[in-house]
Amino acid sequence: MSEVTGGVEVEEEIGGTVKKFMFVNRKAPYGTIYALEGLEVVLISAAFDQDVSLVFLDDGVYQLKKGQHTKAVDMKNFSPTYRALEGYDIDKLYVEKESLEERGLTADDLVVDVEVLTAEEIAKLMAEQDVVLSF
Amino acid sequence: MKFGILVNEGPFQHQAADTAYHFIKAALDRGHEVHRVFFYHDGVNNSNKLSEPQQDDRNVVHRWSKLAEEHGIDLVVCVAAALRRGIKDEILAPGFRISGLGQLVESGIQADRLVVFGD
Repeated sequence: MSEVTGGVEVEEEIGGTVKKFMFVNRKAPYGTIYALEGLEVVLISAAFDQDVSLVFLDDGVYQLKKGQHTKAVDMKNFSPTYRALEGYDIDKLYVEKESLEERGLTADDLVVDVEVLTAEEIAKLMAEQDVVLSF
Repeated sequence: MKFGILVNEGPFQHQAADTAYHFIKAALDRGHEVHRVFFYHDGVNNSNKLSEPQQDDRNVVHRWSKLAEEHGIDLVVCVAAALRRGIKDEILAPGFRISGLGQLVESGIQADRLVVFGD
Protein backbone atom coordinates (compact mmCIF):
# COMPACT_ATOMS: atom_id res chain seq x y z
CA MET A 1 0.00 0.00 0.00
CA SER A 2 2.82 2.42 0.72
CA GLU A 3 3.70 2.48 -2.97
CA VAL A 4 0.17 3.62 -3.80
CA THR A 5 0.07 6.16 -1.02
CA GLY A 6 3.43 7.70 -1.73
CA GLY A 7 5.30 6.11 1.14
CA VAL A 8 2.65 7.08 3.65
CA GLU A 9 1.92 4.31 6.09
CA VAL A 10 -1.75 5.11 6.39
CA GLU A 11 -2.46 3.52 9.77
CA GLU A 12 0.56 4.91 11.55
CA GLU A 13 0.74 8.43 10.26
CA ILE A 14 -2.84 9.64 10.21
CA GLY A 15 -3.91 7.77 13.33
CA GLY A 16 -7.51 7.07 12.37
CA THR A 17 -8.36 10.69 11.50
CA VAL A 18 -11.34 10.82 9.15
CA LYS A 19 -11.96 14.10 7.36
CA LYS A 20 -14.58 15.14 4.87
CA PHE A 21 -12.84 15.46 1.49
CA MET A 22 -14.71 16.97 -1.42
CA PHE A 23 -13.33 16.84 -4.95
CA VAL A 24 -14.83 19.50 -7.19
CA ASN A 25 -14.63 18.68 -10.89
CA ARG A 26 -15.17 21.76 -13.00
CA LYS A 27 -13.43 21.08 -16.29
CA ALA A 28 -14.28 19.17 -19.46
CA PRO A 29 -12.70 15.69 -19.58
CA TYR A 30 -10.45 16.35 -22.56
CA GLY A 31 -8.70 19.51 -23.73
CA THR A 32 -6.83 19.86 -20.46
CA ILE A 33 -5.42 17.25 -18.08
CA TYR A 34 -7.21 18.50 -14.94
CA ALA A 35 -10.05 15.97 -15.01
CA LEU A 36 -7.80 12.95 -15.60
CA GLU A 37 -5.20 13.90 -12.98
CA GLY A 38 -7.95 14.97 -10.59
CA LEU A 39 -9.45 11.50 -10.81
CA GLU A 40 -6.08 10.03 -9.89
CA VAL A 41 -6.17 11.94 -6.59
CA VAL A 42 -9.69 10.67 -5.91
CA LEU A 43 -8.56 7.07 -6.37
CA ILE A 44 -5.58 7.52 -4.05
CA SER A 45 -7.75 9.15 -1.40
CA ALA A 46 -9.75 5.91 -1.18
CA ALA A 47 -6.71 4.21 0.37
CA PHE A 48 -6.88 6.65 3.30
CA ASP A 49 -10.40 5.72 4.44
CA GLN A 50 -11.64 9.30 4.37
CA ASP A 51 -15.20 10.57 3.93
CA VAL A 52 -14.96 11.34 0.22
CA SER A 53 -17.48 13.04 -2.04
CA LEU A 54 -17.31 14.27 -5.62
CA VAL A 55 -19.05 17.24 -7.16
CA PHE A 56 -19.39 17.87 -10.88
CA LEU A 57 -20.22 21.36 -12.06
CA ASP A 58 -19.65 23.71 -14.98
CA ASP A 59 -18.07 21.76 -17.88
CA GLY A 60 -17.09 19.12 -15.30
CA VAL A 61 -20.49 17.50 -15.86
CA TYR A 62 -19.21 16.37 -19.27
CA GLN A 63 -16.75 14.07 -17.47
CA LEU A 64 -19.73 11.80 -16.71
CA LYS A 65 -21.40 12.00 -20.11
CA LYS A 66 -22.35 8.65 -21.67
CA GLY A 67 -21.01 7.72 -25.09
CA GLN A 68 -17.61 9.37 -25.10
CA HIS A 69 -15.73 8.54 -28.31
CA THR A 70 -12.17 9.71 -27.95
CA LYS A 71 -10.33 7.79 -30.63
CA ALA A 72 -10.24 10.69 -33.07
CA VAL A 73 -8.47 12.92 -30.54
CA ASP A 74 -6.10 10.08 -29.59
CA MET A 75 -7.07 10.24 -25.93
CA LYS A 76 -7.98 7.39 -23.62
CA ASN A 77 -11.65 7.37 -22.70
CA PHE A 78 -11.40 7.34 -18.92
CA SER A 79 -15.12 7.72 -18.20
CA PRO A 80 -15.47 3.98 -17.25
CA THR A 81 -13.28 4.75 -14.22
CA TYR A 82 -16.14 6.71 -12.65
CA ARG A 83 -18.17 3.53 -12.66
CA ALA A 84 -15.40 1.81 -10.70
CA LEU A 85 -15.51 4.37 -7.87
CA GLU A 86 -18.21 2.39 -6.07
CA GLY A 87 -15.72 -0.45 -5.68
CA TYR A 88 -13.51 1.99 -3.76
CA ASP A 89 -16.41 2.87 -1.45
CA ILE A 90 -16.74 6.27 -3.10
CA ASP A 91 -20.45 6.61 -3.72
CA LYS A 92 -21.26 10.24 -2.92
CA LEU A 93 -21.46 11.79 -6.36
CA TYR A 94 -23.22 15.12 -6.74
CA VAL A 95 -23.97 16.99 -9.94
CA GLU A 96 -25.05 20.60 -10.09
CA LYS A 97 -28.53 20.97 -11.52
CA GLU A 98 -27.85 24.34 -13.16
CA SER A 99 -24.76 23.06 -14.96
CA LEU A 100 -26.68 20.07 -16.35
CA GLU A 101 -29.57 22.24 -17.53
CA GLU A 102 -27.34 24.85 -19.14
CA ARG A 103 -25.87 22.06 -21.26
CA GLY A 104 -29.15 20.36 -22.12
CA LEU A 105 -28.30 17.27 -20.05
CA THR A 106 -30.17 15.20 -17.49
CA ALA A 107 -29.02 12.56 -14.99
CA ASP A 108 -30.01 9.92 -17.57
CA ASP A 109 -27.16 11.10 -19.81
CA LEU A 110 -24.54 10.17 -17.23
CA VAL A 111 -22.50 6.96 -16.82
CA VAL A 112 -23.11 6.69 -13.06
CA ASP A 113 -25.94 7.24 -10.60
CA VAL A 114 -25.65 10.70 -9.10
CA GLU A 115 -27.57 12.99 -6.83
CA VAL A 116 -28.57 16.18 -8.62
CA LEU A 117 -28.40 19.22 -6.34
CA THR A 118 -28.88 22.94 -6.86
CA ALA A 119 -25.94 25.33 -6.59
CA GLU A 120 -27.31 26.46 -3.25
CA GLU A 121 -27.45 22.90 -1.89
CA ILE A 122 -23.92 22.22 -3.13
CA ALA A 123 -22.71 25.40 -1.43
CA LYS A 124 -24.12 24.10 1.86
CA LEU A 125 -22.38 20.75 1.39
CA MET A 126 -19.11 22.52 0.60
CA ALA A 127 -19.34 24.52 3.78
CA GLU A 128 -19.49 21.25 5.76
CA GLN A 129 -16.21 19.92 4.31
CA ASP A 130 -12.80 19.81 5.95
CA VAL A 131 -10.88 19.70 2.67
CA VAL A 132 -12.07 20.92 -0.73
CA LEU A 133 -9.90 20.20 -3.75
CA SER A 134 -10.96 21.50 -7.11
CA PHE A 135 -9.65 20.32 -10.43
CA MET B 1 -2.53 27.37 12.20
CA LYS B 2 -0.96 24.56 10.19
CA PHE B 3 -1.26 24.96 6.43
CA GLY B 4 -0.82 22.51 3.59
CA ILE B 5 -0.40 24.03 0.13
CA LEU B 6 -1.20 22.66 -3.32
CA VAL B 7 0.29 24.30 -6.43
CA ASN B 8 -1.38 23.21 -9.67
CA GLU B 9 0.22 25.46 -12.28
CA GLY B 10 3.68 25.87 -13.75
CA PRO B 11 5.96 28.85 -13.05
CA PHE B 12 5.94 32.01 -15.24
CA GLN B 13 3.05 30.78 -17.40
CA HIS B 14 0.65 31.27 -14.51
CA GLN B 15 0.49 33.36 -11.36
CA ALA B 16 -0.44 30.43 -9.09
CA ALA B 17 3.14 29.65 -8.04
CA ASP B 18 3.81 33.31 -7.21
CA THR B 19 0.60 33.70 -5.22
CA ALA B 20 1.28 30.48 -3.32
CA TYR B 21 4.80 31.68 -2.50
CA HIS B 22 3.61 35.06 -1.22
CA PHE B 23 0.81 33.42 0.74
CA ILE B 24 3.34 31.14 2.45
CA LYS B 25 5.69 34.04 3.24
CA ALA B 26 2.82 36.00 4.77
CA ALA B 27 1.60 32.99 6.76
CA LEU B 28 5.09 32.33 8.16
CA ASP B 29 5.51 36.02 9.03
CA ARG B 30 2.33 35.81 11.07
CA GLY B 31 3.63 32.82 13.00
CA HIS B 32 1.69 30.10 11.17
CA GLU B 33 3.17 26.78 10.15
CA VAL B 34 3.39 25.49 6.57
CA HIS B 35 4.27 21.83 6.68
CA ARG B 36 4.21 20.90 3.02
CA VAL B 37 3.84 22.28 -0.50
CA PHE B 38 2.60 19.68 -2.97
CA PHE B 39 3.14 20.27 -6.70
CA TYR B 40 0.67 18.72 -9.11
CA HIS B 41 -0.41 19.06 -12.76
CA ASP B 42 1.99 21.51 -14.49
CA GLY B 43 2.92 22.67 -11.00
CA VAL B 44 5.63 19.98 -11.05
CA ASN B 45 7.63 22.30 -13.36
CA ASN B 46 8.31 24.50 -10.33
CA SER B 47 10.97 21.96 -9.34
CA ASN B 48 13.03 22.08 -12.55
CA LYS B 49 16.53 23.32 -11.73
CA LEU B 50 17.24 23.84 -15.43
CA SER B 51 14.88 26.82 -15.34
CA GLU B 52 16.84 29.98 -16.18
CA PRO B 53 14.76 33.14 -16.09
CA GLN B 54 16.19 36.49 -17.20
CA GLN B 55 18.39 38.32 -14.68
CA ASP B 56 15.89 41.07 -13.94
CA ASP B 57 13.06 38.60 -13.26
CA ARG B 58 12.20 36.64 -10.12
CA ASN B 59 13.60 33.12 -10.01
CA VAL B 60 10.60 31.01 -9.05
CA VAL B 61 12.49 27.73 -8.68
CA HIS B 62 15.31 29.23 -6.52
CA ARG B 63 12.72 30.94 -4.40
CA TRP B 64 11.13 27.58 -3.51
CA SER B 65 14.51 26.03 -2.70
CA LYS B 66 15.35 28.96 -0.43
CA LEU B 67 12.01 28.64 1.33
CA ALA B 68 12.66 24.95 1.98
CA GLU B 69 16.16 25.67 3.27
CA GLU B 70 15.17 28.52 5.56
CA HIS B 71 11.91 27.16 6.93
CA GLY B 72 12.25 23.40 6.55
CA ILE B 73 9.16 23.17 4.37
CA ASP B 74 8.64 19.82 2.64
CA LEU B 75 8.43 20.40 -1.14
CA VAL B 76 6.82 17.35 -2.74
CA VAL B 77 6.46 16.77 -6.47
CA CYS B 78 3.90 14.22 -7.65
CA VAL B 79 5.70 11.31 -9.28
CA ALA B 80 3.03 10.47 -11.88
CA ALA B 81 2.60 14.09 -12.97
CA ALA B 82 6.38 14.59 -12.96
CA LEU B 83 7.23 11.57 -15.10
CA ARG B 84 4.68 12.64 -17.70
CA ARG B 85 6.43 15.98 -17.95
CA GLY B 86 10.04 14.80 -17.84
CA ILE B 87 10.72 15.91 -14.27
CA LYS B 88 13.14 13.44 -12.70
CA ASP B 89 15.56 13.36 -9.76
CA GLU B 90 18.41 14.43 -12.06
CA ILE B 91 16.85 17.83 -12.67
CA LEU B 92 15.26 18.39 -9.28
CA ALA B 93 16.19 21.68 -7.58
CA PRO B 94 17.42 21.55 -3.94
CA GLY B 95 14.73 21.03 -1.32
CA PHE B 96 12.33 19.18 -3.62
CA ARG B 97 11.56 15.48 -3.49
CA ILE B 98 9.46 13.27 -5.73
CA SER B 99 6.75 11.17 -4.11
CA GLY B 100 3.19 9.93 -4.52
CA LEU B 101 -0.24 11.53 -4.36
CA GLY B 102 -0.68 10.02 -0.91
CA GLN B 103 1.46 12.90 0.33
CA LEU B 104 -1.21 15.32 -0.84
CA VAL B 105 -4.05 13.43 0.83
CA GLU B 106 -1.97 13.12 4.00
CA SER B 107 -1.35 16.87 3.93
CA GLY B 108 -5.12 17.42 3.75
CA ILE B 109 -5.59 15.19 6.77
CA GLN B 110 -2.77 16.64 8.87
CA ALA B 111 -3.13 20.34 8.10
CA ASP B 112 -5.78 22.60 9.59
CA ARG B 113 -6.26 24.09 6.12
CA LEU B 114 -5.24 22.87 2.67
CA VAL B 115 -5.04 25.84 0.32
CA VAL B 116 -5.15 25.24 -3.43
CA PHE B 117 -3.47 27.56 -5.93
CA GLY B 118 -4.40 27.17 -9.58
CA ASP B 119 -7.24 27.60 -12.05
